[in-house]
Amino acid sequence: MEGLVLKLPLAFQTLVTGLAIGGIYALMAVGYSLIFSILNFSNFAYGMVIMLASFLGYFAMSGLGLGLGPALLCAMLGAALLSFLNERVAYSSLRRRRAPPLYFMISAMGTSIFLENMVYATIGSRYNAYPELFAVPTLNIFGASIGKMDLFAMVFSVLAISALTFFIHHTRLGIAIRGASYDASMAELNGVSLDWLIGTVFALAGLFAGLSGVFLGIKYMAYPNMGWITNKAYIAAVIGGLGSLPGAVAGGFLLGVLETFVSVYLSSTLRDVFSFSLLILFLVLMPSGLFGKTLEEKV
Amino acid sequence: MTYLKGIAILAMINAISAVGLAVFTGFTGMMSLGHAAFMAVGAYTCAIATKTFGLPFLLALPLAGLVAGLSSLLIGIPTLRANLRSDYFTIATLGFGEAMRVLLENLTITNGARGMAGLKNHSTFGVTLAVLVLVIFFAKNFVFSRYGRMAIAIREDPVAAELSGIGLFPVRLRSMFFSAVCAGIGGALMAHHIRFIQPSMFTGVQSTLLTATVVAGGMGSLTGPVLAAFLFAFVPELLRVADMWRLVAYGALLVAIIVLRPQGLMGYRELSLRRPSGRRRAPNG
Repeated sequence: MEGLVLKLPLAFQTLVTGLAIGGIYALMAVGYSLIFSILNFSNFAYGMVIMLASFLGYFAMSGLGLGLGPALLCAMLGAALLSFLNERVAYSSLRRRRAPPLYFMISAMGTSIFLENMVYATIGSRYNAYPELFAVPTLNIFGASIGKMDLFAMVFSVLAISALTFFIHHTRLGIAIRGASYDASMAELNGVSLDWLIGTVFALAGLFAGLSGVFLGIKYMAYPNMGWITNKAYIAAVIGGLGSLPGAVAGGFLLGVLETFVSVYLSSTLRDVFSFSLLILFLVLMPSGLFGKTLEEKV
Repeated sequence: MTYLKGIAILAMINAISAVGLAVFTGFTGMMSLGHAAFMAVGAYTCAIATKTFGLPFLLALPLAGLVAGLSSLLIGIPTLRANLRSDYFTIATLGFGEAMRVLLENLTITNGARGMAGLKNHSTFGVTLAVLVLVIFFAKNFVFSRYGRMAIAIREDPVAAELSGIGLFPVRLRSMFFSAVCAGIGGALMAHHIRFIQPSMFTGVQSTLLTATVVAGGMGSLTGPVLAAFLFAFVPELLRVADMWRLVAYGALLVAIIVLRPQGLMGYRELSLRRPSGRRRAPNG
């Protein structure tokens, strides 16, 4: 009995920590899934956009001395532009000549290597810590401590995702995006400019990359080798079902919580093996994830 | 001269792995971002066999290929049998590669993240060249065999191939096994050339570079990737560019090739001493 009393707070603490990181995973997965839903391929360059956004936020706060709000805005706009350019340079011509998905992925990997090493070569491999935002950084909720920044990130993530859901369901542009995600050529026949729409989707995903980049930077610092954590974006998206936004959110939180439990109760080194094994398990057994629509490759 | 020889050996080692991957990516149309894991399995198998168990190198080398091939079944059987969409498959191989690296970092027999040092130099110019020639010979025979033809049919159109009575799973698995054996042997040669291995040598970047070599050489060519492996090894070395800029250039090159010249250096053609028999159709894209 005593053991149980001692152990419960740890479980609760683990849950809270897991939810805090899960919020950021959800944010990343939403942006990743958004691109997947419309172009139907896995944009590996997305992680590097998140990494660059994290640097943008760092420079805005440490270099220019901006507050959190303006820095977030800077990072979001910068990442949106970057994501948009990524599509125009690396994917738009492939799209026009209807290249196989293989080509898109190679192009995405190329972009990803290019961006990561560009940062190594120009900015350097140092870890850049964001300035402290709160004097007392943690808060106590029912015996579990949570960083104020984590709480803010979590609330903000939920707000941002709700805003996106509203946008997707209740605006003309959102309806066009949903239409194109089912059948791009049909949407085009109905007068949607696909070029413009896809550009918008990449910019929109970039906004989410910007948000998650800054939150990740605050939590883990900004450095070029962030791929290990931005990889979680597609793991979470696969768990939830690629291309499904509610799925991405659920997958993000689920992955965050499961991962934290593994690292607390089993071993922290096993955490990433666990996540990748989960990824493979889902791909093999449940390729459409928890919420995804069943997608067959188009002939 | 020894300096040039060293680069040539590295180029040949990369070419060995690239020829294997050419069969899988170029001829079977599956993209893997986890082949560095098979190189790692080969490298560690060979290193442990020679260093810990004192096996002769010429016995350990085929063993490394075999173990790497078997390890490919681990990921190949479930994912290929499930007939995943091609991009899901790629994501799965990426996950496999990462998981393997983390595993190597935490096993005791591999000496964890510190890696294994003090390996003997067995990968001489002659040995590496002999292996490369052998691998190209096998790959050529494979591609021109019935199995290779089936693989090409699947690359061109999996649905049509399946309707013609070709089983997707066995053909794809066979190609994957072959490519993993080549990668394992490449990794083993690398271990005994650099004489030091650690898990961080076999990351996703290494996998992507292998894919880049195949794409740059031409998806549908065996000698193209060999040529690309040599260019990738010699050009940056001769220009003396820093390692980081080299990777920046690889990334940009990969995008440029796919966007501007998807057929790569050679397209469907092979380097040959004979006169080329006219231009063939470039891969569409």
